[in-house]
Amino acid sequence: MSAIQDAVFNGPGPDRVYQEYLGKGELRIQRCGDCGKQVFYPRLTCTGCGSIKLAWVCPSGRGTVYAVSIVNRRTEKGGPYNVVLVDLAEGARMMGRVDGVDNEQVKIGMAVKAKIDSSGKAPFVVFDPA
Amino acid sequence: MPNSIRGAAAIVGASLAGLGEAPGRTSEDIAIEASYKALAEAGLTTQDVDAVFGSLPGDCTPLSGLLMAEIMGIRPKFTDNNRTGGSTFLSYTLMAAMALKEGLCDTALIFYGSNQRSNTGKLVSSVRPFLYEAFYNPVFPATSYALAASRHMHQYGTTREQLASVAVAARQWANMNPEAFMRGPLSVSDVLNSRMVSSPFTVRDCCLVTDGGAALVMVSAKRAKDFPKKPVYLLGAAAATTHMNIMAMADLTETAAKDSGQRAFQMAGMKPADVDVVELYDAFTINAILFLEDLGFCKKGEGGSFVASGAIAPGGSLPVNTNGGGLSCVHPGMYGMFTLVEGVRQLRGECGERQVKNAQVALCHGNGGVLSSQITNILGSEATL
Repeated sequence: MSAIQDAVFNGPGPDRVYQEYLGKGELRIQRCGDCGKQVFYPRLTCTGCGSIKLAWVCPSGRGTVYAVSIVNRRTEKGGPYNVVLVDLAEGARMMGRVDGVDNEQVKIGMAVKAKIDSSGKAPFVVFDPA
Repeated sequence: MPNSIRGAAAIVGASLAGLGEAPGRTSEDIAIEASYKALAEAGLTTQDVDAVFGSLPGDCTPLSGLLMAEIMGIRPKFTDNNRTGGSTFLSYTLMAAMALKEGLCDTALIFYGSNQRSNTGKLVSSVRPFLYEAFYNPVFPATSYALAASRHMHQYGTTREQLASVAVAARQWANMNPEAFMRGPLSVSDVLNSRMVSSPFTVRDCCLVTDGGAALVMVSAKRAKDFPKKPVYLLGAAAATTHMNIMAMADLTETAAKDSGQRAFQMAGMKPADVDVVELYDAFTINAILFLEDLGFCKKGEGGSFVASGAIAPGGSLPVNTNGGGLSCVHPGMYGMFTLVEGVRQLRGECGERQVKNAQVALCHGNGGVLSSQITNILGSEATL
């Protein structure tokens, strides 16, 4: 037990590890070694069973839009954009944005695929229609 | 066995202050005006208070329980600054009832004040952007609620017109409340054709940004009849939380109100059919639909047709948000307190044109965060003890 605790509670925390993976172009989420639940956002303890045996895994990146809202930003500030919640195929849910399609075409139930947007200060995940 | 908290404490003073716009005044000024008036209604002054519960906007820096006690010259035996968002006041009543019942204090003051409209013109929140949502620029908090509305519409066929009918009912009540900030005609098409904020919400699906404050005075049931006003008893209270950020809410169509409501009803020994008037936190139009379903006033998925039937409007079968709610009466950032004051006034029979006839039981429901914290209070007149 103490060896496991050392590994989990020492060194960079889960936010840092997640960002480092994204910086290398990899989307990683955590999977619980005890109950199997996939967890997002990054954490130290499993939200399903409380275990600390969360391991970094590569999700398929495939997901389904669970909910959507279009923010009516003024044209001079860049115009409207969409905000979605996506259920990854493996079970975890992320907030995101669907690119490459008109906002009005973003519908609940549509299939999407994750990609990493590295255009800003820090890389983050967005989605394309799948 | 009946729960020992049921009816153990009562509200003997209730007041509003600074409703709408209160230029030149601090949040503390507004909260103190409300406190002074609530105490005066009970024949008391700040010097009688020995327990303080309350919140001010952006509460991280000025520990408001300490600040307010200092300004008013109170040395409380019990101070609570618990923050669960705008629902938090409905947990103060429960904590106060417990402390009063146990004799830890004698006179509890619950306060709130906010000058957000005059000071900044927008919502003042102590919530910071969440790292894993901030990249997508959701409008806080409207987009989070809009996502829930989109899911409810998808899953149950709820329509924008049904959402709008919540705002229309609120306005009809506000038109009978001289203290309401927004009055005048409002139709479903007015709501639909207002400026879109975050779909499916237009600005009229969203609560107001106003100033305002409120205060309550609570004492133990033993003393409750020693005051000028009819006491209003806390019959049931329960809290539940499911998440902080909307991405962590498991099912966007079902809130923790289901849990808080069940336990509050259990404590009160009551059921939804026993409730005469409902005051719930309508930060957005979807809130009323979700909470009416989750609290058991209609079935899951039927909230849209329930509100569109006129049931919650004046003359309907279930009076909801009789002051005009956060949508048309007042919303200084944390509306929960106003559900309680309106509930108290209805049970005292002080509501004039909007008075619900022979109201004996009021259900007040607070929401905090982004559908995150749900707290239910059931209030009753002496006849319900």
